[in-house]
Amino acid sequence: MTELPQIDAELVRNILVSFIRQEITRAGLTRAVVGLSGGLDSAVSCMLSAEALGPQNVLALMMPHRNSSPDSLDDARRVVEQTGVRHDTVEITAMVEPLFERFPDADARRRGNAMARERMIVLYDQSAAFGGLVVGTGNKTEILLGYTTLYGDSACAINPVGDLYKTQVRELARALSVPEAIQKKPPSADLWKGQTDEGELGYTYAEVDRLLFLLVDERYSPEECVAAGFAAKFVRSVTERVRRNQFKRVLPPIAKLSNRTVGYDFLYLRDWGT
Amino acid sequence: MELHLALAQISNSLGNLRPNLEKHLRFIRQARKAGADLVLFPELSLTGYVLQDLVPAVACRPTESDPIFGELLAASKNIDVVVGFVEEDQRNRFYISAAYLSQRQVRHVHRKVYLPTYGLFDEGRFFAWGDHLRAFDTRFGRAGLLICEDFWHASPPYLLWLDGADLLLFMSASPGRGLGTGATLESAWWVEQVNQSYASLFTSFVAHTNKVGFEDGLNFWGGSTVFDPNGRCLARAPYHEETLKLVTLDLNQLHRTRARLPLLRDERTALVQRELQRILAQPGRTNNVR
Repeated sequence: MTELPQIDAELVRNILVSFIRQEITRAGLTRAVVGLSGGLDSAVSCMLSAEALGPQNVLALMMPHRNSSPDSLDDARRVVEQTGVRHDTVEITAMVEPLFERFPDADARRRGNAMARERMIVLYDQSAAFGGLVVGTGNKTEILLGYTTLYGDSACAINPVGDLYKTQVRELARALSVPEAIQKKPPSADLWKGQTDEGELGYTYAEVDRLLFLLVDERYSPEECVAAGFAAKFVRSVTERVRRNQFKRVLPPIAKLSNRTVGYDFLYLRDWGT
Repeated sequence: MELHLALAQISNSLGNLRPNLEKHLRFIRQARKAGADLVLFPELSLTGYVLQDLVPAVACRPTESDPIFGELLAASKNIDVVVGFVEEDQRNRFYISAAYLSQRQVRHVHRKVYLPTYGLFDEGRFFAWGDHLRAFDTRFGRAGLLICEDFWHASPPYLLWLDGADLLLFMSASPGRGLGTGATLESAWWVEQVNQSYASLFTSFVAHTNKVGFEDGLNFWGGSTVFDPNGRCLARAPYHEETLKLVTLDLNQLHRTRARLPLLRDERTALVQRELQRILAQPGRTNNVR
């Protein structure tokens, strides 16, 4: 099989809803907090969480910056209305502007990262106040490409959608009846005006998902991907991007000194004892 | 003769023997109440699956004096029980084991002979390899026990069949994976295929209990099944749900199927032995002498 497999949305939905419910309840909690951006991934995470825990046990946080597109907030509100989850809007402008004033020459990337990390601070603070776990929204494509802010939007307690490529999240979104407006718009991190994922990455999700599926899931070599019809330059740039971003997918290495070291030979699942 | 079999498709707490034991006792009582003669639990049912460094902390010895097995043996007075656990031997090696308990006695212990150590599996890092495949006698005829990866290889069920097992009891903690096969996960699809094939090829009963629940991000898919000597599915438990699935096996089906299809009678074991000896004698022909 060389095409990205079509998912059976009901099967995936059942597994992910049970995953959220069981992994949160075994941690002794009943509630979840989700950052709702107005995009597809967070809409899916929010709807799965609402189904798993009941809408009254889910807090959706909308955290716009004054440069965020007003459409994003409107779209996030559609998800809140459709699911009936609890919600709050926390403007991050006043929280990040002092940093930008102190470092006025910070480029768009630094500013975008600071905004993503500020949202993480709000999410984790509110998760403590609400007594819930932060449910993540990062998909397999962005995790593999490292198209994410370390300790920013990638930070979460559990991630239901991290083993679905963006194309597959879109299929799941259709089955979950995510609001049409969200399904139709081009994916964007909305960190600056006019930003789109596909514009910034330089390729479409449809293309890169097919390539990543061959490289990662089907264990094709880069040469085999070229033989399967992908441009050599595209294959090179994606494989290199995946390699360079491994640091975002692992805990920071600890310098080993003792006989037993966290990360190497102190091995327990997170669900240890539950 | 009929066998009333119960498949205890349970989830468990990772590394917590006591609550897991209590769940076993609850399911055993429930199975007994429903008229079951035998209840089959999943792999590592007393401990959970991805134990890693918890292995030495949850190890048991299947004896009357062990606090966990003491209670399980007492519960096996009126119903036979198959449980999965971590076994520590006299010289402190740890095995993934399954014990068949009947009338307060340990009738058989099987130590997993194939430890998957690839992909998401890391059993060979933590466990010792079992070295025996033996059928054993039960109140319901001769049986054989295998644990998960044991039956991903064709030889263990084959050997148990030749050793007289007509009832193959399989247990798993199989993580669900693979989205390419529609409404059924690829791992579930694969296991069902091979179980049905063994039932057909060996004209035997094949019962399989798989665990449910999550351990971190791993989902265990359940879907426990029983196939009869014709390869027909007698029972199928739901995917992903904790269940006690009851099914009646008409053991006379062995007689009827083997009258029609004498595969066991015609199996040429001496031929197998000769050819196997020849193959193994050729240097470089097989890379694994374990």
